[in-house]
Amino acid sequence: MTEWASYTFEEDNADGAELALAGRLIISSVGSLDGELRNIDRPIARVDIAQVEEIDTVGAWLVWRLARDHDAEITGANDKAQRLIETVRSSASTAEIAPPRMPVFERVPEIVGLTVTGWGKGAIQLVGFFGSILVAFWGMVRQPSRFQTKALVRQIELVGVNSLGIIGLMSFLIGIVIAQQGAVQLRQFGAEIYTINLTGRITLRELGVLMTAIMVAGRSGSAFAAQIGTMKLTEEVDAMRTIGVSPIEALVIPRILAAVLMMPLLGFFSAVIGIIGGAFLADVALDIPFFTFLARIQEVVPLHDVWVGLVKAPVFGLIVGLAGCYQGMQVKSNAEEVGLRTTMAVVQAIFMVIVLDAFFAVFFTEVGWD
Amino acid sequence: MAENQQPDIVEEAAPNEEHYNGDYAIVVEGLTNRFGDQAVHENLSLKVRRGEILGIVGGSGTGKSVLMRSIIGLQIPSEGHIEVLGHSITEAEPDEQIGVRSRWGVLFQGGALFSTLTVGENVEVPLRQFYPEIGDELRHEIARYKVRLSGLPEEATSKYPSELSGGMKKRAGLARALALDPELLFLDEPTAGLDPIAASAFDRRTRELTDTLGLTVFLITHDLDTLYEICDRVAVLADGQVIAVGTIPELLATDHPWIQEYFNGPRGRAAKASRKRAKAMDKQPSGKA
Ligand SMILES: Nc1ncnc2c1ncn2[C@@H]1O[C@H](COP(=O)(O)OP(=O)(O)OP(=O)(O)O)[C@@H](O)[C@H]1O
Ligand SMILES: [Mg+2]
Repeated sequence: MTEWASYTFEEDNADGAELALAGRLIISSVGSLDGELRNIDRPIARVDIAQVEEIDTVGAWLVWRLARDHDAEITGANDKAQRLIETVRSSASTAEIAPPRMPVFERVPEIVGLTVTGWGKGAIQLVGFFGSILVAFWGMVRQPSRFQTKALVRQIELVGVNSLGIIGLMSFLIGIVIAQQGAVQLRQFGAEIYTINLTGRITLRELGVLMTAIMVAGRSGSAFAAQIGTMKLTEEVDAMRTIGVSPIEALVIPRILAAVLMMPLLGFFSAVIGIIGGAFLADVALDIPFFTFLARIQEVVPLHDVWVGLVKAPVFGLIVGLAGCYQGMQVKSNAEEVGLRTTMAVVQAIFMVIVLDAFFAVFFTEVGWD
Repeated sequence: MAENQQPDIVEEAAPNEEHYNGDYAIVVEGLTNRFGDQAVHENLSLKVRRGEILGIVGGSGTGKSVLMRSIIGLQIPSEGHIEVLGHSITEAEPDEQIGVRSRWGVLFQGGALFSTLTVGENVEVPLRQFYPEIGDELRHEIARYKVRLSGLPEEATSKYPSELSGGMKKRAGLARALALDPELLFLDEPTAGLDPIAASAFDRRTRELTDTLGLTVFLITHDLDTLYEICDRVAVLADGQVIAVGTIPELLATDHPWIQEYFNGPRGRAAKASRKRAKAMDKQPSGKA
């Protein structure tokens, strides 16, 4: 299909041969010629391009490189070819295309080392970040006019109100699963009625808040990181600084505050919907009437279960918000980093939430809120 | 004002549209672009001749960039017909579009470099995409000389976009636009952000490439020096239409107030004067470097 450019050896003198190029010496038809020319190992005295029909800078480069490598003379060049060869000659360069990569046995230890020291540095930076948030927060307390109410309201809408639907649906389904699976097991002891205890306690105490935190980390923590990260790339954050707006005050605090404030509400909402899901299943499949289920919840769930959930929720919100904003602010150079940092924000937040949840579980049992 | 009515630089009079019977690289007919109820273009028509450098001028926000995006098929126009290098862009099959795409290069107003790749790798992307048969070594060599050709120093080849200055990003974008030795070059404000020396070097190089390779250049610019130095013709955009196309003396002969103000304002006069001085210098065989 493509007509490749070609070459022939014309004559063989004592000082080497004359190589004649023919055809179209343009980018779309030199692909195979390049390899062939590289493999020539006999001396060439002259490169003749009188037979060339068409030439562009790539063709000119090939001709010039061939002449340079073999110390040959270029003949038969028309005016255009002459100018192109001159252009590429003056632009020749030996630069690296990409920064040099070290060999594997040096690169791997380096990456390991950098990762380990990175943890230490990351911990220090995170503490520093938290500190600067506290300082900015204290500044706002003393000077409430600096508080960005509008931004906070907007974030509350994004983090809280807009996630009601998905969190409600998730919780309803989880409530159904708990009640259904619980009933199957408890039936074996004739203790089916305890399905109510199980559903009520586990949603209010554990799953409501935990699942909500995971959902908020995936929905909002990632959004925080990606949005702040992109703003760093486009120098919006720097622009804010120069006009005296602190990015911590304008971007970070409203987001973290929204997460801290919304988490208890969302967590409680999730638990309530989970119980409704359980009650729905009980009504349909277990012959426990819907309202009987709800009335029994009041009797079998101790009030401190609600408190356990409500104490954990803002802490989880803080972790999700902090991870998202911190990772966003760490973005420096390119679009790939925004993606990596967003992933890291979500993974870190979920991991920390689960670790803390285990800690809280042991703690509350020890203090007698079992 | 009146003293400037008389065009004092006499270019070789370019033939008028009616007299030109050569090939057109770009034909835009009846183009209308709307964003919501804001009409950016209203029944706009423009023809770019093959082998010319056409300058596009117009106030900020008159739709120069949008016109370029429509021509290269990034912006689907509300109405109108666009043809580039003999292929319809508005009604093209995807296959056909790919063929045309390898024959043009685009420099965006903001540079639009791929941020995760070095400058050299940026130049290699179109080469890899359209000519996979080109070996690694040759591709690297092409990338290297294109980077130099666009006026960047050698060391810039292996730098990432985030490590470049604003003007360097522009030139890296140009290197990528030139990667395929295109027939048609779209440049959106190529000299904005360049120092005057680099800007005139850029002008010279564009002219040189155009003459050597027979390029057609669609050049959006606010730089009056560029207009005077290298543009064969200039198209003026205003009120959603091309209100005039022609050489600068031809434009000066019209009495549209915006055109008069544009070319006869303080900056316009300065550019014209410097152009005259340069011409006078060229005549004297003085020893300039
Ligand atoms: N994606 C978009 N959505 C809505 N409006 C747009 C969009 N892109 C451009 N516009 C509008 O179209 C108009 C023309 O924009 P364009 O970018 O083409 O201006 P321009 O002539 O290139 O200006 P400049 O010289 O400042 O670059 C502007 O009024 C702009 O607000
Ligand atoms: Mg523009």
